Amino acid sequence: MLTYHKLFMKNKLILLFITILFLASCKNEHSKTKIIGKRISISDSLQTNTEIEAYIKPFRESVNKDLDSTLAYAVDTFSKTDGKLNTAIGNFMADAVLEMSNPVFKSRTKKDIDMVILNHGGIRSIISKGNISSRTAYEIMPFDNNVVVAPMKGKQIKNMLSYLADRKRAHPISNLKLTLNKDYTINEALINKSTIDFNKTYYVATNDYLYNGGDRMYFLKSKDSVINLDYKIRNLLIDYFKKIDTLRPKIDDRFKQIIDN
Amino acid sequence: MKRRTFIQQTSAAGALIGLGGLTVSSANASKTKKITILHTNDVHSHIDPFGPNDGRNANKGGVARRASLVESIRKENPNTLLLDAGDIFQGTPYFNYYGGELEFKLMSMLKYDLATIGNHDFDNGIDGLYAQLPHADFDFVSANYNFKNTVLDTHVKPYKIFIKDDVRIGVFGLGIELEGLVGKRHFKETEYIYPVEIAQDMSRILKEDEQCDIVICLSHLGYFYKKTPDKISDLLLARQTKDIDLIIGGHTHTFLPKPTIEKNSVGKNVLVNQVGCYGLYLGQIDFYLESDKENKATGTTIVV
Repeated sequence: MLTYHKLFMKNKLILLFITILFLASCKNEHSKTKIIGKRISISDSLQTNTEIEAYIKPFRESVNKDLDSTLAYAVDTFSKTDGKLNTAIGNFMADAVLEMSNPVFKSRTKKDIDMVILNHGGIRSIISKGNISSRTAYEIMPFDNNVVVAPMKGKQIKNMLSYLADRKRAHPISNLKLTLNKDYTINEALINKSTIDFNKTYYVATNDYLYNGGDRMYFLKSKDSVINLDYKIRNLLIDYFKKIDTLRPKIDDRFKQIIDN
Repeated sequence: MKRRTFIQQTSAAGALIGLGGLTVSSANASKTKKITILHTNDVHSHIDPFGPNDGRNANKGGVARRASLVESIRKENPNTLLLDAGDIFQGTPYFNYYGGELEFKLMSMLKYDLATIGNHDFDNGIDGLYAQLPHADFDFVSANYNFKNTVLDTHVKPYKIFIKDDVRIGVFGLGIELEGLVGKRHFKETEYIYPVEIAQDMSRILKEDEQCDIVICLSHLGYFYKKTPDKISDLLLARQTKDIDLIIGGHTHTFLPKPTIEKNSVGKNVLVNQVGCYGLYLGQIDFYLESDKENKATGTTIVV
């Protein structure tokens, strides 16, 4: 405004001329004189727009009702930090993936999933003692990863075993039994309760994040094509919770270290 | 003949004719004009505010609050545009339940003017994005995604021009390379084109052919990649192009306390801004403009 005022006083004639240009051409040309940039925090000091809030409300209530309806009961609180090389919550996840994915895989390929491997870091939350709902599944698995089944041969299986032995982390596994010696060398490895045949192709279920190199599980990928089951891990967990009545997973001997040998 | 020159030549005659009857309207027509650009990015389906117990963003964000803020700014200045730089989808169960319908409906209620497409907007596949388009009363722009062999063909334009208070504002969109970020089965036949030359073409078209007073790039390229500084980003784009006034960015969830001022390839200032993510902030850039002739020599003051 100040600029304008000054200009107006000093250059009435020029202003008049420009005005005429506008009127004559119906087309304006502008120069930027000043640019002011900032950001405004969206905080609770701002008013809530009632129309928008009213519009969201039924969506929110419907989502919350569905998210919070009880699907199963957890007999205890399960955390991924409880357990050394295997945890109850990890065992539940890997077992659920095997149980829920195998029928899908079998109907498509006429084959069975041999084992499951997930990652310890992928367990994003604890399961609290008490009612389990869909929200629990969203908390454990907020990401939209799908179950994929990777055909794996001898070298890949060997690399997987040494990865597990090397990392010494409770990466969730199912239908694989891995026993380490005191010095973390491999004592015994079984798939489907049998000695591993390194000439055979095993079908290993995991998620697409890990298959694509997440957590450096590079052994999963090969030239053989992966089968994407189009089944989100989260939806699988929800389906599993609906299927069971009570969740009581346990730490077991699927991945362990022999201390006295 | 270029339109600008044409107008300059014809206007002298007009001046002579018009001199007699001009009094009241003259002050109005030559006043300083103000164009307000409001923007968000990477809202990621964050419709509700964060709860009071959230570890990081307690009581922040929320579409209904953003709506009041936008409304009050529009009331103060009707010459306002509201833009989004992509990744509207994915991040709360609202997306998983409604596939983006609620996000688009609310953005329409807030009267968003334009958006570009982020990688996560492909999370239900390109078909999932296409299916939600009827819920968006605003357009999408992308100049470097070729959708020719996809369902989005003809639904996404490279740029859009807005005219506010006779000021011409051209906005073009840029998207990030999808390979490696989005599964091929989701983006299908979408072709990514390296954005620098495209951006240069766009800004030339908008500045020269379309005679825009303000040229804005709505980008989902990311602000800057420290570990891979040669990867194309908003800062590099600002340096390697000309005629862009403002780059509104996204993707890297960069919380800039104020816009960055970069020098473009001919040494002129470009503003680069990004407001983090999840609807925690609204960016506001006010452009003050005056008629060309009176202001030729003075240049632009930038206050951030």
